[in-house]
Amino acid sequence: MKPRIPNWPVIPSSEITPESLWLRRRDFMKAAAAGAIVGGLPSPAAGATTPLDFRQGSCDGCATDEAATPFDDVTNYNNFYEFGTDKDDPAKHAHALTTDPWSIEVTGHVNKPGKLNLEDVLTGFDLEERIYRFRCVEAWSMVVPWIGFPLADLLKRFEPTSDARYVAFKTAYRPREMRGTRSFTSVIDWPYREGLRLDEAMSPLTLMTVGLYGKTLPNQNGAPLRLIVPWKYGFKSIKSIVSIELVDRQPRTSWQTLAAQEYGFYSNVNPQVDHPRWSQRFERRLPSSLFNPNRIPTQMFNGYEEQVASLYKGMDLKKYY
Amino acid sequence: MIAAKLKRYISFSGLQGPAPKTVFVLALMPLLLVVVQVATNDLGPDPAEALMHITGEWVLRLLVLVLLARPASQWGWPLLFRHRRMLGLFVFFYATLHLLVFAQVYIGWSGVILVEELAERPYILVGAAAWVLLAPLAITSTNAMRRRLKQRWRQLHQLTYAVAALGFLHILWLARSDLGTPLLYGGLFAVLLAWRLRVYLRRRNRRESP
Repeated sequence: MKPRIPNWPVIPSSEITPESLWLRRRDFMKAAAAGAIVGGLPSPAAGATTPLDFRQGSCDGCATDEAATPFDDVTNYNNFYEFGTDKDDPAKHAHALTTDPWSIEVTGHVNKPGKLNLEDVLTGFDLEERIYRFRCVEAWSMVVPWIGFPLADLLKRFEPTSDARYVAFKTAYRPREMRGTRSFTSVIDWPYREGLRLDEAMSPLTLMTVGLYGKTLPNQNGAPLRLIVPWKYGFKSIKSIVSIELVDRQPRTSWQTLAAQEYGFYSNVNPQVDHPRWSQRFERRLPSSLFNPNRIPTQMFNGYEEQVASLYKGMDLKKYY
Repeated sequence: MIAAKLKRYISFSGLQGPAPKTVFVLALMPLLLVVVQVATNDLGPDPAEALMHITGEWVLRLLVLVLLARPASQWGWPLLFRHRRMLGLFVFFYATLHLLVFAQVYIGWSGVILVEELAERPYILVGAAAWVLLAPLAITSTNAMRRRLKQRWRQLHQLTYAVAALGFLHILWLARSDLGTPLLYGGLFAVLLAWRLRVYLRRRNRRESP
């Protein structure tokens, strides 16, 4: 009797490349080629996104039932000036950013200053999905399913002292990997800086974000770790964070330094306060099309008034824009 | 024999350059490309912004060619000068498309929003002013108008430099953090304007001296 031999090769499932990695095979080849040239092999995970374990966020304001902007639009239409000022520049050039290894330094007015490695971030916090509206100061908006955890959870581990009144963030600054920072005509003073008041940072809506659409962040969206502050204009949601400092005075942010009359420290979404060069009363919800521009009225605090308005009680929002 | 033919062809094409038809089709290519991109949904999630950029940038590129036409012809390259009128009309054409896209996707043809935008957004006002200056130039581009206006025609069409200045101001005002594009066009316009002023001053000096 002839032994039964299957006429197809048997491949153990352990040898099958996960689809997410297979889809990025060209990046491996590019990375491998680059590694061969500079002499050191970069991490094989550079630029690849991997699935995350998370639960559905259930807090007040954690999810909107508005239609989410498609993944391709969220990941191909970005402002991330470290990689160029065109909307498609980040998707084209952010693969050059090495995100592994990655660590965040937490310093300033805290009892336990220290460093947090990315692995510890991914395993040490409960990840949840939050579906937020995202409103850019340029008057376009998206709806994005982010994955992350409250910034408050992170800050508490380092025990802010009573002197800590503000939080200052910095993006990585690596001219060799970030072609936009090498532009001679750019007027931004790198690294990119942002800041929040401590109570804003502690709001349950303020999200330390590590992923979108179920997977780790693509580089162009601020990998491996970014901030999402859904009631503020998008530029407040700083990307690829390497430093968090607890300070006692309001820190200067990059856009404030560049044009203080246009971009305030608070930069809360506010249809009543126009940008000096354009109106903020409406937004184009992406994707928009030529025959249906999808122009919708902008909401106060981007629709999160109920959750965050109390933070600004008694403040003149025209003055503190 | 082939060499002679080739030489004749080169000198002939050097003299004549491409036919107006060819230039027309070339100048229309950006529009055709955009139509294809719109039809195949290839302009990204914000086609409005993409269209504004593409049409606006072609206004500036063609404007550079129009202003370059006379100096280039004096340096022995008459091609642009021969087609200057058509290129100028295409400047107006793409500026009009730019305006129509704005009206459709940014203000939805609302007169109220238009008035507000013009009052509040200086760069829109500047862009609109540039278009208003371009319109009479396009209207008076025919031979008949040129004959009728005589010396005035030249003076009128020097408004092209004002259009360039407004165009530069328009993109400078729009820039957020990278001044690369405004500086590129600003620099080109400045050089071309300087060349024109030099010619003008030289002529005036010649007239004044006995």
